[in-house]
Amino acid sequence: MTTTVLAAGQLGNPAINIGIFVAFVIVTLAIVIKVSSRNTNATEYFTGGHAFTGRQNGVAIAGDYLSAASFLGIAGAIAVYGYDGFLYSIGFLVAWLVALLLVAELLRNTGKFTMADVLSFRLKQKPVRLAAAISTMTVSLFYLLAQMAGAGGLVALLLDINSRFAQSIVIAIVGVLMIVYVLIGGMAGTTWVQIIKAVLLIAGAGFMTVLVLAKFGLNISEILGRAQEMVTQSTNKGVASRDVLAPGAQYGTSTASKINLLSLGIALVLGTAGLPHVLMRFYTVPTAKEARRSVVWAIGLIGAFYLFTLILGYGAAALVGPDTILAAPGGQNSAAPLLAFELGGTILLGVISAVAFATILAVVAGLTITASASFAHDVYASVLKSHKVTEDEQMRVSRITAVVLGVLAIGLGILANGQNVAFLVALAFAVAASANLPTILYSLYWKRFNTRGALWSMYGGLISCIVLIVFSPAVSGTKTSMIPGADFQWFPLSNPGIVSIPLAFLLGIVGTLTSRDTGDPAINAEMEVRSLTGVGAEKATHH
Amino acid sequence: MTDNPAPTQPPIPPKSEYLAVQASPEFAELRRALRRFVFPTTIFFLIWYATYVLLGAFAHDFMATKVWGNINVGLLLGLAQFVTTFLITGLYIRFANRELDPRAAAIRAGMHWAQ
Repeated sequence: MTTTVLAAGQLGNPAINIGIFVAFVIVTLAIVIKVSSRNTNATEYFTGGHAFTGRQNGVAIAGDYLSAASFLGIAGAIAVYGYDGFLYSIGFLVAWLVALLLVAELLRNTGKFTMADVLSFRLKQKPVRLAAAISTMTVSLFYLLAQMAGAGGLVALLLDINSRFAQSIVIAIVGVLMIVYVLIGGMAGTTWVQIIKAVLLIAGAGFMTVLVLAKFGLNISEILGRAQEMVTQSTNKGVASRDVLAPGAQYGTSTASKINLLSLGIALVLGTAGLPHVLMRFYTVPTAKEARRSVVWAIGLIGAFYLFTLILGYGAAALVGPDTILAAPGGQNSAAPLLAFELGGTILLGVISAVAFATILAVVAGLTITASASFAHDVYASVLKSHKVTEDEQMRVSRITAVVLGVLAIGLGILANGQNVAFLVALAFAVAASANLPTILYSLYWKRFNTRGALWSMYGGLISCIVLIVFSPAVSGTKTSMIPGADFQWFPLSNPGIVSIPLAFLLGIVGTLTSRDTGDPAINAEMEVRSLTGVGAEKATHH
Repeated sequence: MTDNPAPTQPPIPPKSEYLAVQASPEFAELRRALRRFVFPTTIFFLIWYATYVLLGAFAHDFMATKVWGNINVGLLLGLAQFVTTFLITGLYIRFANRELDPRAAAIRAGMHWAQ
């Protein structure tokens, strides 16, 4: 029942794959151009004029969040490692409660464009903005890198491009396209691309789930049984010995890998509420109530989607088999496309792959606009020019930054090509949870919190996290590392969250308490009253 | 959403008023209501999630216990995480609509600049 197609090394029809993808690009570009006629000032460009409804924004948040990591990475991890892949889904979902309960509404009430607006509200503007912008750009780059790696793998599979060089060219094309979206569309444009893509992705995954369930007569137990059977039959002894229905296949052999799982779990659950491109989405709605509604929509859609990936992952193991998946160009990341081909032939493969491409493109555009807005608004306008710039100039700087970031992302994406996407995104979550979340929570909930606490926490979290990643097995020392030839690894965990996140929280407390600075009571009062009541941020509703 | 009010700038109240509002019993009540809900709920779901991850990391045999067919404890606990997440979201929405929004609206309406 498994495919013999891969023997030929070719899957589906590249012409159809490319055709569907090009059609998506043309349609979305047309929409972006249409909505971008409103991009006349900075508020429009950076936030879409705060004009999206909670539901639209919730769908866009789901679009931002359900990146290639979720679709390709998690489905692939479940197909190959089984239960341990499911742990990603749960962390990614539960994390939304932190955003919903603690962050979304208060942030919407206090800020305007970027995360730094909130962090610098009652602290010293320049140093805090600079730190926030640096961490925003770092997190965005990590996230970008993951998406680009996903693009490389997908292309390898679909077009049967196996040379690193040709894959690199495709990564560059994806990068250039994303720059175009951001330059033309601004936030309104990218939001619409997200909405379209989210609907396509969730519908596509839902459709595939129904097909898998139908094949097994709606008997989930049978899907699981068959998946385990296929894994046990694997010709690879390491794979065949796995129990994919229970945890432990990926993170279970040693104490270090068990602690690594904990570390990953912490990073996932605390990362979401610190992701700058998610935080920026709370500004595209007019009120805190709409921000709340956005998160509820996002949780519903994201939760449903992860339930789909559970079936898709085990379905891919059961119907395609781990050997075929691991042998395919693109490795684990190709489980979902291979399953699409098994279920619906060339057409479904083409549609699903186009959706996956679109996902990468849209997420990359969303990240780029966040990072470039942060540079233009926080670094250029506030730190370098002390707010003496026009909005036009801010937009111009932001567009230049988008191009620079695009080029950087292309370069890094080429380096990370071939890594598991969900794993790479988990690193971005670790950086976000270490560098951003402590300061966000302290500045919203702790009156005494001050500038030194913020700087220590942000830089301490950011630097410790990056240093530990660089010296982890993720970068060097094992066959699957980013730089497989080198070995300068000494930190045993591939995800640093368990060390860097508590450290950042602690540094925030120590920094605050060792400084006599208690802030300006009037500004503290303004921030607290505004964050809780929405005064000054709500659209005026005079009667 | 159809409400699309005239594009008036949000009015900015004078700084001094914030201190007065912050010290008012109504504001203290709003803050207390918010924190009384979100802090315990956050602690609950973080502990529940941590328990789940710890079981996933260290209690493989327990998680592999078959309950029905090939469906085991681990899978059911994972799905239970989904259920509690949806449940907490629903509870929070009900709480915020009933307890937070009216209080915040009353405080906004009571500030002088708005009149």
